[in-house]
Amino acid sequence: MNAPAYNFAYLDEQTKRMIRRAILKAIAIPGYQVPFASREMPMPYGWGTGGVQVTAAILGPQDVLKVIDQGSDDTTNAISIRKFFAKTAGVATTTATEEATVIQTRHRIPETALNENQVLVYQVPIPEPLRFLEPRETETRRMHALAEYGLMHVKLYEDIARFGHIATAYAYPVKVNARYVMDPSPTPKFDNPKMDNCAALQLFGAGREKRIYAIPPYTQVVSLDFEDHPFEPYRFNAPCALCGAENSYLDEIVTDDKGGRMFVCSDTDYCEGRQAAGHHGSLSAAPYKEKAGSHG
Amino acid sequence: MSLSMTAMIDVADAQKTFTMHLQGGIELPVVRGVTFHVNPGECVVLSGPSGAGKSSILKMIFGNYRCDSGRIGIRHRGTVIDLATAEPRQILNVRRSTIGYVSQFLRAVPRVATVDVVAEPLIVNGMSRADAQARAGALLHRLNIPERLWQLPPATFSGGEQQRVNIARGFISDLPILLLDEPTASLDAANRAVVVELVAEKKRQGVAMVAIVHDDEIRHLIADRIVDVASFAAAA
Amino acid sequence: MVDQGSADLATLESDRPLLVAESLSKSFGRIAACRDVSFSLYPGEVLAIVGESGSGKSTLLQMLSGQLAPSAGHVSYRMRDGVTRDLTTLGEAERRFLFRTDWGFVHQDPAQGLRMAVSAGANVGERLMAVGWNHYGRIRDTASDWLTRVEIDVARIDDAPRTYSGGMRQRLQIARNLVTEPRLVFMDEPTGGLDVSVQARLLDLVRSLVAELHLAVIIVTHDLAVARLLSHRVMVMKGGRVIETGLTDQVLDDPREPYTQLLVSSILPP
Repeated sequence: MNAPAYNFAYLDEQTKRMIRRAILKAIAIPGYQVPFASREMPMPYGWGTGGVQVTAAILGPQDVLKVIDQGSDDTTNAISIRKFFAKTAGVATTTATEEATVIQTRHRIPETALNENQVLVYQVPIPEPLRFLEPRETETRRMHALAEYGLMHVKLYEDIARFGHIATAYAYPVKVNARYVMDPSPTPKFDNPKMDNCAALQLFGAGREKRIYAIPPYTQVVSLDFEDHPFEPYRFNAPCALCGAENSYLDEIVTDDKGGRMFVCSDTDYCEGRQAAGHHGSLSAAPYKEKAGSHG
Repeated sequence: MSLSMTAMIDVADAQKTFTMHLQGGIELPVVRGVTFHVNPGECVVLSGPSGAGKSSILKMIFGNYRCDSGRIGIRHRGTVIDLATAEPRQILNVRRSTIGYVSQFLRAVPRVATVDVVAEPLIVNGMSRADAQARAGALLHRLNIPERLWQLPPATFSGGEQQRVNIARGFISDLPILLLDEPTASLDAANRAVVVELVAEKKRQGVAMVAIVHDDEIRHLIADRIVDVASFAAAA
Repeated sequence: MVDQGSADLATLESDRPLLVAESLSKSFGRIAACRDVSFSLYPGEVLAIVGESGSGKSTLLQMLSGQLAPSAGHVSYRMRDGVTRDLTTLGEAERRFLFRTDWGFVHQDPAQGLRMAVSAGANVGERLMAVGWNHYGRIRDTASDWLTRVEIDVARIDDAPRTYSGGMRQRLQIARNLVTEPRLVFMDEPTGGLDVSVQARLLDLVRSLVAELHLAVIIVTHDLAVARLLSHRVMVMKGGRVIETGLTDQVLDDPREPYTQLLVSSILPP
């Protein structure tokens, strides 16, 4: 077989250098979107090319990589990206959060607290938090430069006027280091508090939009709100059906065609870890076992 | 005419000519060489035939008409200002605290209630709305404007009623100079008497007044001096 | 008539001009749109710039409000801290901040001065949020307050101005501008395009707000009746130049220049 010989982690060294410069700049200006020359990757836009480029630029031979998609290590995308790096970089991979040094994620932050030796790489579709209010790039750049964020609050005001509360459930805008307003990527607002004062380095890559931004470790990240309508993370009504966790983000899983459903941890590694440690939920059996009148 | 150091109004050699550009540039001289003074507590009546320039002189003293030359000396807050050469802001200041003008026809802002039209000069000078309206009401009452009309804008009133509203607005504040252009023209005997009384009160308060009055009887009652404007008529 | 008195304050404040224009000129290629305009504006003073289309009045307004750089001359403004600054020396951030706080600009077309798809309350509250107000309840109360002041039914606070009539939109634009208590408001033909009765109501509102809030206003209009009703002083423009200036009642009752006489005589009697 004529297996192609890849440069370490697929990208050539000059490209990695360019991306690292962008990353350094992003770290130096927390929350600021740094433009970069996004390359053609072997997956189309919308499939994590930004995250993949950032990971490729920072990966070293000793790193241990974990890839999750909506919290799960075993969806198609997570698996294929993990295999991509296993093949092009030859690095060790894992599903255990505590063992990883680089974690690439699509739309979730792991439940297990991260440490100073870890980097969390987010995949970002639309990096500009003001985009849906102000379509012009020239104008949004000016607003960031001049810290004119009144429009963001207008959006929150409108939500409260219309719905009685701030209706944004994911991609909830945050203010980083008391300066830039940032889109945390479409993570649920449940995850926002984890970004604040996090011990790990957080990097954000948007491949199609060609932007990189970053939150250095131990940086203040505050979700936007009003004094009299403070930010409140979503609270679930019940614990995880499999491991009984009460403080993790839950996925709803439909179990039958009669309206049966159950709620289980979105972070599969976290859930399995808890079950292995002896915690059980109300449905610790496999999901397809029927129980009359059971809800998660 | 001797210059009095305490004169409130001191007009010296004022002159005005209209240039009618739309009519080919015809020049219409109005007055020239206007010279007279008015002391506090005095009422000077300008007399003369119609068209001799009496209203124009009054408007020149108020700063409404500009002079081509000459001097309009006004004692304003202790110093003398020449309105002919004053800055627009100064003229506004003078109008606010020194000179009041009761024109021949009421020109009020449309849609403002009568009591507010009359109270406005007081509110502008800092009086509370309630107090100002109370004083306005008292004066309107004296001038026989019934209370049921106070909330209506004066535009629909009769000529005489409008003129009385005008007078009320002119007399309500404590300005040291008042200019009166035909204050009794559209009024019946009873109301003419009220106006005469108001003028007398102002004199006792030391207000200097210049008035244009056609009615001989009224003139006799209010004038301390009569200045014949015919002597100022510009040569045709 | 115009509240003559609000220009007179015994304080030192009003002895210093708020805005000073010196020899302002603007050319677009060979076209001299505006030539050598100079004046001073004091706090609480309303200045009308009157002229017909093509007289240069809109260009002048653009220069005075810092939106257009002059070809020659200066505009200086006394900031809230008392320091007088030439507008061209202001950084973009400063100028935008000034525009949102100490100044107001009322456009002829209210759609240009409003966010049409956002609720009235948010429109009025935006400036407050832009300067850091962070309490929803207080923002909403202040917005409701202002809607009442401009005679808009408070029940409409959550409706977007798309659902408003022309007169209501214009009044909303005024509320949006005045909420940060500016000292100077620019108005560009604010009654243009409105029905006569709607115009009248709007002018009454502007008149009383100007008096109450001691606003300085520069209003561009082709309508002498608007000038007479609202302004203390008027500048008549023709061909880019100021051909006559003075107290409003002086210029309208005793017009000197041929063009001014023509304008005044063209007003249809009521």
